[in-house]
Amino acid sequence: MSNSEPRLVIATPPFAKGPVSTPGVMRHVIYALVPAMIAAVINFGISALLLILVCALSCMLAEWLTTGRGPLSQSPVGDGSAALTGILLAMTLPPGLPLWMAAVGSLVAIFFGKLLFGGLGQNIFNPSLTGRAFLQATFPVAITTWVPNLGISEFMTLRGDTFALPFMRPAYDGVTTATPLAHMKFEQLATNSTDLLLGNVAGSLGETSAILLLLGGVYLAWRGFLNWRVPTGIFLTVAIFASALHFSNPEIYPNAVHHLLAGGLVLGALFMATDPVSSPLTPIGSWIFAAGIGVLVILIRQFGGLPEGVMYAILLMNAATPLIDQMTQPGIYGATKPKKEVKKS
Amino acid sequence: MSEAKTFRHGIHPPEHKELTASRPIERIKFPDQVVLPLSQHIGAPSRPIVKAGDKVFRGQVIAEAGGFVSVPLHSSVTGTVVGIEKRHHPNGSLAECIVIDVDHTSAQTLYDGHELDWENMNNAQLLENVRQGGFVGLGGAAFPTHVKLAVPEGKRAQWLLLNGCECEPYLTSDHRIMLEWADSIILGIKIMSRILGTEKAFIAVENNKWDAIKLLRDRIPADMPCELVPLETKYPQGAEKMLITAVLKQEVPSGKLPIDVHVVVQNVGTAAGIGDYFAFGQPLIERVVTVTGPGIVRPTTLLAPTGMSLAKVIEYCGGLTDDAREILFGGPMMGTPQQFMDVPILKGTSGIVVLTEGQLQERREYPCIRCSACLDACPVYLNPSALGALARSAKYDDMLNYHIMDCMECGSCSYVCPSNIPLVQRFRVAKGLLREKQAREKVT
Repeated sequence: MSNSEPRLVIATPPFAKGPVSTPGVMRHVIYALVPAMIAAVINFGISALLLILVCALSCMLAEWLTTGRGPLSQSPVGDGSAALTGILLAMTLPPGLPLWMAAVGSLVAIFFGKLLFGGLGQNIFNPSLTGRAFLQATFPVAITTWVPNLGISEFMTLRGDTFALPFMRPAYDGVTTATPLAHMKFEQLATNSTDLLLGNVAGSLGETSAILLLLGGVYLAWRGFLNWRVPTGIFLTVAIFASALHFSNPEIYPNAVHHLLAGGLVLGALFMATDPVSSPLTPIGSWIFAAGIGVLVILIRQFGGLPEGVMYAILLMNAATPLIDQMTQPGIYGATKPKKEVKKS
Repeated sequence: MSEAKTFRHGIHPPEHKELTASRPIERIKFPDQVVLPLSQHIGAPSRPIVKAGDKVFRGQVIAEAGGFVSVPLHSSVTGTVVGIEKRHHPNGSLAECIVIDVDHTSAQTLYDGHELDWENMNNAQLLENVRQGGFVGLGGAAFPTHVKLAVPEGKRAQWLLLNGCECEPYLTSDHRIMLEWADSIILGIKIMSRILGTEKAFIAVENNKWDAIKLLRDRIPADMPCELVPLETKYPQGAEKMLITAVLKQEVPSGKLPIDVHVVVQNVGTAAGIGDYFAFGQPLIERVVTVTGPGIVRPTTLLAPTGMSLAKVIEYCGGLTDDAREILFGGPMMGTPQQFMDVPILKGTSGIVVLTEGQLQERREYPCIRCSACLDACPVYLNPSALGALARSAKYDDMLNYHIMDCMECGSCSYVCPSNIPLVQRFRVAKGLLREKQAREKVT
């Protein structure tokens, strides 16, 4: 015991603090993406690895440059959100995309997608998808040039003109192919579901490992870091809408399983639409948001000009998020309760 | 065993109750002096009826009620009034206190200790006796008990709910009272049920206190309309509204009181105190205080006279550890930090929790990432995320649209926030400023 006057501090309660921290959440989302990242590297070799690294590092650099360039321990880079944005952006890109384009996309994602709105927590749109949308508009050919999935034996084989210099026309000497959704849209060729599930198809880094992404999603939901209502709502809406179309004309419209597993739906539903910053806060709002994405995905895929619609579906619903939030404020305790008659017993 | 009931939302902070849960109630020896604030309860301060030099006895009225929502104050010791002066109050203010030097030659017997023939009293007499006993809610809020027991015209009390949840981490005083003074509690319930005319009483206890649940179940007489309801251990289960929702599956309408849904809630310690008052005439002059936390050398369950200083209590419990940094009256979620060691134990002081340096680390605040953890924690279903953003930019009036006044400051939002945003801390400021503004509008 101390005999001197105690050195007291006066703070305000509560003094108990839960174990979850914002950097912790970011870290766990990155952990959840690790299996899918490994699969991407196995499928698409060193090109995929370089893409992930370049995107993550460019995002972190962009964040550091635009948030005061302070020491790393103080900089918002430390919260992990920029690294996560980079990884997610990489997962949406085709493996053969030149690295300089990926770096430009990363800068746009952080600067226009996040910093201009005021940084973490303030952005209306998902930053990764903002970067992706910019690349889609700027380099429409490069971003839709898909290469086949060659496996680990071809690890060192570049899947495109990875090292193309900025503003030089990328040279493709490899074999290009189409994604399952493009096959379906333009040739009515369905890909078998097992290949889709296991990722034995062409596509972006994160389109080809549905099962591993699901694994990551389940982990996050179990830890409570993921709003399960959003992916559940998206999958249900897509399944119902796709099935309805499929039964009306199976020739043109693929079945629900194809829609669920092909393209970026799993990645988008689990990791992009659930971005808490750009999705609604309230439970009811989450369902509305998810249903909106599901409907838009099918509308774009089946009736729009593009084979894939997850990105625009999420971005459009991001824009609707403030409105949804405002309209679905929780009914507070004791506000809506009807007067209960006292039972005489 | 029926499944434990509860309310929606809430949090599960570490309980830390093992420090004192098995420590029997220990009576502390009388100090040299007690300091009795005239305001130890919600409502008008009591009005002193003694002056410096007066000899007073333990249990003697030294200040009368200052209005309907007020209570008489009794001397907690036999001794001599030194004066009525401003002293440090645990709420941080300087408050009028009656200071009494203890007469150590006295046997400290009760001034008017005798059994009350409660069975032959009418309701008005019973209620008047509760008022005269100086009783306030012992769970911490210290609202005058007789006011709650006086059912307003046109309203009806159907159920009496006894709060034995003690959902704040660390605190175990109610737990010990239930284990050691069960019969006093049951007598208190009988008397309060009579006054209120309730059909049935429920004793609600969180299921981390199975020994108390079992013991009380055994002690409740078979013919007494009283049921023990185990509740899930969850914070803030002991909040009046949450308790009513858990036990009776009803919500108290916003801005209304439990009596509007025909319920009266009382703390188990209050029931025990009332039981003792009718059994042997002891008014509210001492209470059970859990003195605990890693910053205290010997965590103890104390029976201490009101008005005893914090310093004496700490000294009795072995003193503070070297790294003790925060002394709280109440638990770590809603307790009041203390800055002076001479503050007295009040009628409503259920515990003294001493936290150490390691528990007070400043946490870096990150931006809100709208993760909605606070929405899932808030027991009254507010949107702390939106409220926090408004509070940050001082848009206090807009906070009214988000029902800030329904916030009961339980701190669950701050507890769960991964970005370490001091949500409830800002809400307290906002509520205070809004109340001031409302008061000013009334004046003009």
